[in-house]
Amino acid sequence: MIQLAIDLAFVLEKAILIGGIISVSLLVAMYSTWAERKVAGFMQDRLGPNRAGPFGLFQPLADGLKLFMKEEIIPNASNKFLFILGPGLAMMTAMMTSAVIPWGKQIEIFGRTVDLQIADINIGILYIFAVLSMGVYGIMIGGWASNNKFSLLAALRGASQMISYELAMGLSIIALLMLTGSLSLKTIVELQSASGGWWNIVYQPLGFLIFIVCAFAECNRTPFDLPEAENELNFGYHQEYSSMKLGFYLFAEYINMFMSSVLMATLYFGGYDIPFVNDASLIESMGMNMVAVLQGLSLFLKAAFFIFVFMWVRWTIPRFRYDQLMHLGWKVMIPLALINMLITAIVVLIKENGWPF
Amino acid sequence: MNITEILFWLLTAVALGGALLVVTSKNPVYSVLALIATFFALSGHYILLNAQFLAVVNLIVYAGAIMVLFLFVIMLMNLNTETEPQKNKWLKLAGTIAGGCFLLVLVAALRDADSKSTMALVGSGDTGLIQNLGKALFNEYVIPFEISSVLFLSAMVGAVVLGKK
Repeated sequence: MIQLAIDLAFVLEKAILIGGIISVSLLVAMYSTWAERKVAGFMQDRLGPNRAGPFGLFQPLADGLKLFMKEEIIPNASNKFLFILGPGLAMMTAMMTSAVIPWGKQIEIFGRTVDLQIADINIGILYIFAVLSMGVYGIMIGGWASNNKFSLLAALRGASQMISYELAMGLSIIALLMLTGSLSLKTIVELQSASGGWWNIVYQPLGFLIFIVCAFAECNRTPFDLPEAENELNFGYHQEYSSMKLGFYLFAEYINMFMSSVLMATLYFGGYDIPFVNDASLIESMGMNMVAVLQGLSLFLKAAFFIFVFMWVRWTIPRFRYDQLMHLGWKVMIPLALINMLITAIVVLIKENGWPF
Repeated sequence: MNITEILFWLLTAVALGGALLVVTSKNPVYSVLALIATFFALSGHYILLNAQFLAVVNLIVYAGAIMVLFLFVIMLMNLNTETEPQKNKWLKLAGTIAGGCFLLVLVAALRDADSKSTMALVGSGDTGLIQNLGKALFNEYVIPFEISSVLFLSAMVGAVVLGKK
């Protein structure tokens, strides 16, 4: 007889946390689609969706229902297993990033102190890069399995674009790591929210600029949405997809957008730190749980702003040509990131050892 | 059984099953995907040994970068089961014998190694953490580390030269 020794309370705690975070992310992604259409409507002087419910708030539900009800077509010449695996992989890698993001400090429930973070691993940022590089597979497998020339071309475009911009993104993060001296996202947030500490955007404005441009490219959003350039490649890598499998690909893009917005807020804008307020004294006056709610709200507001920036850019800037995209990635972004890294390294060294001359 | 043991057996099953699929599957794209699954399982083993940095770098470099290039090449060449050339059966036999000999040498070499008596430290030990790894790389092994970077540079220059032809 094998004895199972599992700390049930711990497993339950993490399961509830994971379930909560995933459903919140899905909800945010769902209403991002609504917000995107509203923002697009505003920018183009229209009303946007306003029929389903007040202000069109039930529009995402109607869209979801439509996608579920549509006929599901799997092309005859496609590789059936990989065709189904593709959107699943895209969705899974989009969700996996949320595991290392600190959503708030701590809450107390039933005498247990629960960290509002699924896993505080000391290599948090590297984990995010590993997951990002997995995101390529969803696109590549889906594009190849469709057995369509346009899909394959779009998938290859998407994959090479993501690989190219990952480099500059990694280099811009290295400069940030030199400042904080830690790879754990929790430590990075705590350093920023400590009294007397500034948000990292103050020290790393150029790094943030590089990071946000690369985040646009990683999410395949305009101006870098070449994988789904509909006027050259019909509909891009998901051309053969229909029904909810198409919905998964489109939805994964919105989840990626939310995750990168949260990441930008965490790395450069203080994460769950409430601006202009000393969190430690707030905990004494309001209690731990109330402050955790406020911190979560603060993080969500910051993320919502970045999601708005994503949409703002989408409806104002036209698409790059492919050679321009590669030129920007390899000849502008990477040298800029290297210069940023060099300057940061010199400043950090001088701060530690004093001016040598 | 505690969580660590359950995870160990699960990861071992995935690693061995994935490695077998790499060799046996007829479609090369399936082989690549199985290899990626194997890398994932190995990274899980590294995490059980508390070597988090090694685990993540394994994923970034091998599963994330090198396998994407593999997939690129295979997809562009469009290898199918029909176009794949059938190997000579004597060649297959020779390959099996060579592989078996390699296994024999490995087993013989590892049988008397003193690492057999020391247990693997599960979930403890901090050699695999990034601070200690960085200190070891940049203090004790700084010269081999820098020389290997020259190797990478020469590979990059070689690629550029080949691309310019």
